[in-house]
Amino acid sequence: MPANRFNASTDYGVGIGLRIPHYQHIFEKKPVVDWFEIISENFMCDGGRPLEMLDKILEQYRVVQHGVSMYLGSAERVNREHLKKLKRLVKRTKTPWLSDHLCWGSADGRYTHDLLPMPYTFAAAKVTARKIRETQDFLEVPIAVENVSSYAEFHVSEMTEWEFLTEVVERADCGILLDVNNIYVSSFNHNFDPFVYLNNIPAERVAQIHIAGHSKYRKYILDTHDHPVIDPVWKLYARALQLAGKTATLLEWDDHIPTFDEVHHEALKANRFIQQTDTVAA
Amino acid sequence: MKRSKPIDLSNKPIPSRPKRQTVGELQALQRLMAQAVMRPLTTAAKMNPRWIDGTSARNVVAGFIKPNDRLTSFERLQLYNRQYWFRLLDCFYEDYPGLRAVMGERKFSRLAREYFTECPSVSFTMRNLGQFLVRFIESHPKLVAPENQLALDMARLEWAHIEAFDNAAETPITSDDMLDANPHTLRLRLQPYLTLLRLNYELDDFLIAVRRGQGLRHEASNAMENRRERLPNKLKVFHRSKTFYLAVHRHRNSVFYKRLQPDQFALLSALQRGFPLEAAFTKAVESANSAKFQPKQITKWFQDWSALGWFCDGVAAKSKRKPLRPSKANSRQRHNRKHSP
Repeated sequence: MPANRFNASTDYGVGIGLRIPHYQHIFEKKPVVDWFEIISENFMCDGGRPLEMLDKILEQYRVVQHGVSMYLGSAERVNREHLKKLKRLVKRTKTPWLSDHLCWGSADGRYTHDLLPMPYTFAAAKVTARKIRETQDFLEVPIAVENVSSYAEFHVSEMTEWEFLTEVVERADCGILLDVNNIYVSSFNHNFDPFVYLNNIPAERVAQIHIAGHSKYRKYILDTHDHPVIDPVWKLYARALQLAGKTATLLEWDDHIPTFDEVHHEALKANRFIQQTDTVAA
Repeated sequence: MKRSKPIDLSNKPIPSRPKRQTVGELQALQRLMAQAVMRPLTTAAKMNPRWIDGTSARNVVAGFIKPNDRLTSFERLQLYNRQYWFRLLDCFYEDYPGLRAVMGERKFSRLAREYFTECPSVSFTMRNLGQFLVRFIESHPKLVAPENQLALDMARLEWAHIEAFDNAAETPITSDDMLDANPHTLRLRLQPYLTLLRLNYELDDFLIAVRRGQGLRHEASNAMENRRERLPNKLKVFHRSKTFYLAVHRHRNSVFYKRLQPDQFALLSALQRGFPLEAAFTKAVESANSAKFQPKQITKWFQDWSALGWFCDGVAAKSKRKPLRPSKANSRQRHNRKHSP
């Protein structure tokens, strides 16, 4: 039974990101993995090895798509050509939901290839929600938006990040991909209490959770996805599950990628918390 | 009862709500920040202290980014500015190991910075970062001098490699499919993943050796750091030839470089330009300046190229007409039988 109406895949358990250095291990050993998350853009090509590898994975595993370049918060219009390519991939993977970030990253057709922070304004929330609705209608698959790590804030902001996230998802009537590591990173960079963030978002919209490691410097934290998950982030994860109920969870590890077994072992630590959680949130 | 004096509201300022951002202002803010993020770094890999108009970048950035108790507005935005450049350069280093090897570290790095300053990414995927590089090198010869032709050849070859890796593959037609076709009207298209190159240097073996020493492309994510390994050796074992012909293609999802003879190149180029088969032969004879092709030789070429799957149906693919043969399945069976023991 789903923990909430945006979380129809409670039984998905714990997944990991599909990464090239692990291909050989996956195809040879065929490890049991609840599901793989793919970066959509890595497979939005017209042919060749990427699609061959994806098809081999799809024969044996469940795959969920996660995007990095839809830029739902950009003031520019939705790129229909991009959506058409994405829809072709959605049909191929049969992803049960699709996620991308609550951010922007392009202006005047020029791409930064980064996940840039939003100004937390009503105008931005309105524009973003409209684009999410349009995207969701076109792709015909539920969308969840992910909170990003950020290193800068705007003078022009009219609300907190969690208020902005709430404003967007309520207006768009979409799900949340809650990245508890990103909340931790941003809470350090912007001096807020991460639990206040968690306690003030609409938990009933959490469709998926991301966990990851990061790199701490003296004056800031960078979201590098190249370390194990630290204890304070596990604590945030436990609280998120308390609020949202059992939720599909994914460990991100994108740089200095260790062996498949190490990554999978780190991800499966999440099961400890999931098993302690009631299906339906309190 | 004492009555208070009536209040004159006309002169009292109405407490105003803080001004809310408009959509136009949102767009302007994003444009401004994108400009700042994409500004070239200084030689010390820091954010440029001067703004585009020569004024203080610190003042410009302080106008829209909040400082915190540890970092100034400038320092906070600098994190994005540095990540932008490190990410692009990192990807460029992985996509163009051959160009880096022939140009040397310092010149390659300068070329990359100048290229991205003039040609920022206009695609959602970083796979396309190099799509304007050949044109850029042609229009900025000083950046690659004195190895202009060598750099240009290598940039062409490496872009062809990227195209061969994941461009579309259409249903191939076999040499059997062509048997009954009229050569006056038959138009064969080459696969979208195939690029024909006329080069001045024999770079194929060199690039294979360089790529063999290169690791896998790092995954796309929002994680980034400054990471560039040095090439183990600057290999410079390539030969200048008068003209060198190459087909960069894909077979069983691996990229291959196939050397071509001049008349093979001329014939394939004519087909690629859309000439019907017979006209392509005529063009090829003219441009390759060779005697008439030998039928036996031609048959062998077409068998080889068809076996590699290089041809697709130009007419049928464009207008959705019937394939050259009534049934693809039948022709596939014939093809299989032909090669069965």
